[in-house]
Amino acid sequence: MSTLLEVSGVSVTFDGFRAINNLSFQIGNAELRAVIGPNGAGKTTFMDIVTGKTRPDEGRVIWGEKSVSLLRMSEAKIAQAGIGRKFQKPTVFEDQTVQENLLMALKNKRGWLGVLFYRPSADDLDKVADLASEIGLKDELTRKSGELSHGQKQWLEIGMLLAQEPRLLLVDEPAAGMTPQEREHTTDLLVQAAKTRAVVVVEHDMEFVRRLNCKVTVLHEGSVLAEGSLDHVTSNQDVIDVYLGR
Amino acid sequence: MLRLYLAGLAILCACLTANAQEAGLQPILGQHREIIAESSRKTIKPAIDAIASSGLPQAQVMLETWAAKDVWMRKSDGLFFAGKKAGGRSYELTDFDTGEVVGTFEKSDLKQLKPNSGIRAMIGTALVQFQLTDPDRARRQAALQSIQRDPEGALLGPLRASIDDEPDADLKAQKQRLERLLTIGHDTDVGARVAAIAEMSDDLGVDVRAALNPLVVTKRQAAVTLPSDKNIAAVLQPDSEDLPRDVAYDLLVASDLAAPRVSADDNRAALAANIDRGRVGGVPVAQLGSAAARAQAYEALAEAGAVPALITQTDIDAALAAHVFFDTYAEPSPDVTAAAAHALERIELKVGLNQTLDLTLDAISLASIYFLAAIGLAITFGVMGVINMAHGEFIMMGAYTGYVVQQFIPDHTLSIIVAIPMAFAVTFAMGVAMERLVIRWLYSRPLETLLATFGISIALQQLAKNTFGTQARPLTAPGWLDGAWVLNDVVSISYIRIAIFVLAMIFLGLFLYIMKRTRLGLEMRAVTQNPRMAGSMGINPGRVNMLTFGLGSGIAGIAGVAIGLFAKVTSDLGSDYIVQSFMTVVVGGVGNIWGALAGAGMIGFLQKGIEWMTPSNTLAAQTYMIIFIIIFIQFRPRGIIALKGRAAGD
Amino acid sequence: MDRSFVAQNPSVLVFLAILSLFTLGVTILSEGVGIGVISTSFVKTLGKTLCLGLIAVAMDLVWGFTGILSLGHFAFFGLGGYMIGMWLMYERTRLIVVDSLAQAEIPPTSTEVVDAIATQVFGVVGSSEFPLIWAFSHSLTLQLILVVLVPGLLALIFGWLAFRSRVTGVYLSILTQAMTLALALYLFQNDSGLRGNNGLSGLQNLPGVTASQDVVSIWFLWASALALGLGYMLAAWVVSGKFGSVIRGIRDNEARVRFLGYSVEVYKLAVFTLTACIAAVAGALYYPQAGIINPEEMAPIASIYLAVWVAIGGRGRLYGAVIGAAFVSLLSTWFTGGQVPDIPLGFYTIKWVDWWQVLLGVSFVLVTLFAPQGIGGLFDLWTNRHAPQRHGAALGPDESALREKEATE
Repeated sequence: MSTLLEVSGVSVTFDGFRAINNLSFQIGNAELRAVIGPNGAGKTTFMDIVTGKTRPDEGRVIWGEKSVSLLRMSEAKIAQAGIGRKFQKPTVFEDQTVQENLLMALKNKRGWLGVLFYRPSADDLDKVADLASEIGLKDELTRKSGELSHGQKQWLEIGMLLAQEPRLLLVDEPAAGMTPQEREHTTDLLVQAAKTRAVVVVEHDMEFVRRLNCKVTVLHEGSVLAEGSLDHVTSNQDVIDVYLGR
Repeated sequence: MLRLYLAGLAILCACLTANAQEAGLQPILGQHREIIAESSRKTIKPAIDAIASSGLPQAQVMLETWAAKDVWMRKSDGLFFAGKKAGGRSYELTDFDTGEVVGTFEKSDLKQLKPNSGIRAMIGTALVQFQLTDPDRARRQAALQSIQRDPEGALLGPLRASIDDEPDADLKAQKQRLERLLTIGHDTDVGARVAAIAEMSDDLGVDVRAALNPLVVTKRQAAVTLPSDKNIAAVLQPDSEDLPRDVAYDLLVASDLAAPRVSADDNRAALAANIDRGRVGGVPVAQLGSAAARAQAYEALAEAGAVPALITQTDIDAALAAHVFFDTYAEPSPDVTAAAAHALERIELKVGLNQTLDLTLDAISLASIYFLAAIGLAITFGVMGVINMAHGEFIMMGAYTGYVVQQFIPDHTLSIIVAIPMAFAVTFAMGVAMERLVIRWLYSRPLETLLATFGISIALQQLAKNTFGTQARPLTAPGWLDGAWVLNDVVSISYIRIAIFVLAMIFLGLFLYIMKRTRLGLEMRAVTQNPRMAGSMGINPGRVNMLTFGLGSGIAGIAGVAIGLFAKVTSDLGSDYIVQSFMTVVVGGVGNIWGALAGAGMIGFLQKGIEWMTPSNTLAAQTYMIIFIIIFIQFRPRGIIALKGRAAGD
Repeated sequence: MDRSFVAQNPSVLVFLAILSLFTLGVTILSEGVGIGVISTSFVKTLGKTLCLGLIAVAMDLVWGFTGILSLGHFAFFGLGGYMIGMWLMYERTRLIVVDSLAQAEIPPTSTEVVDAIATQVFGVVGSSEFPLIWAFSHSLTLQLILVVLVPGLLALIFGWLAFRSRVTGVYLSILTQAMTLALALYLFQNDSGLRGNNGLSGLQNLPGVTASQDVVSIWFLWASALALGLGYMLAAWVVSGKFGSVIRGIRDNEARVRFLGYSVEVYKLAVFTLTACIAAVAGALYYPQAGIINPEEMAPIASIYLAVWVAIGGRGRLYGAVIGAAFVSLLSTWFTGGQVPDIPLGFYTIKWVDWWQVLLGVSFVLVTLFAPQGIGGLFDLWTNRHAPQRHGAALGPDESALREKEATE
């Protein structure tokens, strides 16, 4: 399996506090990966670095077959390169309809002139409809997304991510605040998505992680503490000491 | 009374030197009788000189009487006397030499000397030498000032002579200094002048520069050959940067060395004067709307001899090549000019250094003003994140409070002491009211806070206008703040600016104390960082926000009193400072008092620096400063002192 | 989704219909060509109001839709006015100069004409030469291009600098305000080349036009109405499609849009520049009706008033902006014109000339606090349109900063 994203030797310091310390991380083309770790382990900062929000003090972030460095690229360019990110809190555009949200996310030209003269083609509308049924929002297409329930918003956001057709999905606590049924649906969506692309899930909920049934990376104090299957890492004494044991 | 005094003085002098001058003044006056009687500025000089240099003590009395138009000539014998009206048309005459009354005469027998202002000035100069040794200190001082105003070589001798006997140490120093300066300009001995110049070349005084500058004044001249008898400063090449072609040619024209060029207006007038049956020089008038046609017409006229020939570029070239251009010093001695130029160079360097110091002081004082205006904002905007467009109006209210207090307490010192807490109280109350009524509903909507507070700002401004009128109100500083601390002729700073600097420093200390050492400061920091958490720990965020905002507003009020002391108090006072205040906070870095200090410092120095570079144009200076700030923010978007990391938020 | 643009946006049709009726009505009632009920000066006021409506549309686009509270759009408005004013002043002075020089015995050369114009124009600031920036003032076409080009370029450069360094929210507002202040201060100088605080005057006289002001005012009314109509349609078209989706997204959550792969800075820059150009066109139509332009007009306060109009009219809806601008500016004219009767209170008489600003300020605070939807919100009551029920605070372009912070924590 070829490597899609390689993070090596990355460190970030905020006012003397080392949020990320010599972190190295790799993920392949169609892989599902869960990242766990206690609060302050650097999970969100790790995502910030990959998506270009935070610039690391040192280290390399290499992307794709052509081995491009992401460090010099803007957030938008990184997103266009194929990295999608879902935030902890659902952030959809509440003032706009589900359809508008999905159309905005749909993989298309991102330049302002192209967007200005863009009018949705039948093809695009079909894609949106397909996505909507996938995330269970087929009947909500013309509703303002602000009126959706919390879980629906989470799905809409995942739907928007999928519409971007990214090669790497970074998902931050997708199951937070969901009912058990909604969780199951979310799990399915993620597992399904990971068949064609790389998916990194940051999660606290061990049950959810178990259901994802994938390789797990444990972060602690800004670097990788352990990596392997869930059973493997949960039996690791270090992990028990710093994370599970608490 | 004056006469009595003068007479007494004359007798005194007469007693002192009675033996030496038996001849007396009268023969000298008689010698110059005609020109004295004629009383013309052009011819009078020998008479005055003779009287002044007679060495007679009564000469001073005579000259003073003369200047006072009290000298009369007896027609019968042509003698001069001091006259005094003795009632009716008769005058009582007193002899200058003896000081005795010679009798009373009818006006018709006498002729009054009426020196005009020019002559009186010459008499005044002549009198200076007497006044230099006058027993009255004030008169000696006046004499020195008179020399300073109008330095003249003739006074050098008397001045030198008076130095040794000068009893007053201060005046003696002044006399010595003046002697040096006069030596520079007027001594006949070149060596003495050069020595004096060298001696004074470390002095920053304006008077030294005033004495040296005339020595290096040059005059631009043109001649066929370079004259050998002149003190030449430089020989200039025409058609160079120092001496452009046109200027060089104009110089030749002015020196009558070349024929004047025909200006466009003259050309036109010449053409108009030579219209001949609708044509000028064969060219129809209607076609004269182009430069080429006009040239053609003019040439035709010139060939016919009707107008002077046009000066062509070739003519100019030839004229320039045939002459030399040079700058000459008015001062004939090259040694003196060289020494003066050298001394001026040294002085200019020192002046430059001192001006830098002066500019630095100016910048610091401007920075303290900005800091004062911005420190309240550093609390409300910097710490709380509330943008208060009415902040400037709080400053204005503070200033008006000071004005109102002064209406009730006439003593300026006391009124300022009362005004400061009053201003704080008024604006604190205003700030608390505003926070409770408006701002707290808008904490999550910063842009709307901006607009709502702007609404308050225009309402407050108009209210102030309605209450106090549109004209500026004075807020007078106490007397002990008047004046300036003068270091030398270049560096000085007014006390009021020092006071503002001190006030700014006090505020800085106060702010740091409140934030770091008091319960309120702790709660303030807690609430701004995490209101919910602070709330759950028993802090009432509403109360803390209210107090914080009140504090920031109150400080703005005090700043208003300080600003009102040197600026005119008008309803627009606040809006003059608001943009700069926000700039100060933004440039410095939000959420940090040191940032506000750094921002104020940067903006203060920058503005003074730019003003120094474009001295005539403060508007342009402000423009450039704002442009600089906009560019600066490119490189430090979070200000000079930036919070880093996640705490800063994105 | 295949329906045409106008069919999708019936409000545009309604707006255009009302605008045409208004213009037609005023024309019929006017002194110049109609029955003379409306005086020429009031026709001019109405024409100017239409221009203010146009810049309000621009402001709504940049603030209500994109979330950039620009306090600099009146600077662009003024620049547009200056650009057209330069031609008007040059050309009119030229005609006068040529006329007077024609009396001379010798016909003038072109240099003489230009020098005479310069003396006429710049005499007040003690100069008699044309500065470089007047290089194109002889040509109406070039100067018309400059109307859009100069403010557009300024907006482009300023916006590029500001957006590139990620200055947002109130910081950006303050920065735009500083830009406006810098420009106004610069123009106040006598050697700015635009006659310092004298400004450009006599702009109401169209060179070479012999028609009376009564008629000219109607021409400008129509031109202003046309510009407003076109500007409104342009703005409505811009916000209707995906572009509108993206800019509203930027308003509500800038970071999210960025992670969707849109280059937020470029979009902001595009909107900022486009609206600056619209503002400039509005200014170019406004000042010939006002007759005079000076740097006072471009002071930062003017731009803040613009924000006030849009806020009172209702942000995020184009007609709201137009209504706000028209309502507040006409009311302001009415109050400050001294036509409103004073209110005697016995101990004090409220003179509206003095108290109008206070009233405006206070009502502005009240609108912000209690009616964030502005006057436009009244239409919602009528059409029963509801804002979506968002969790937390009310809908507004300004919450994004906070939510963005929460979202990325």
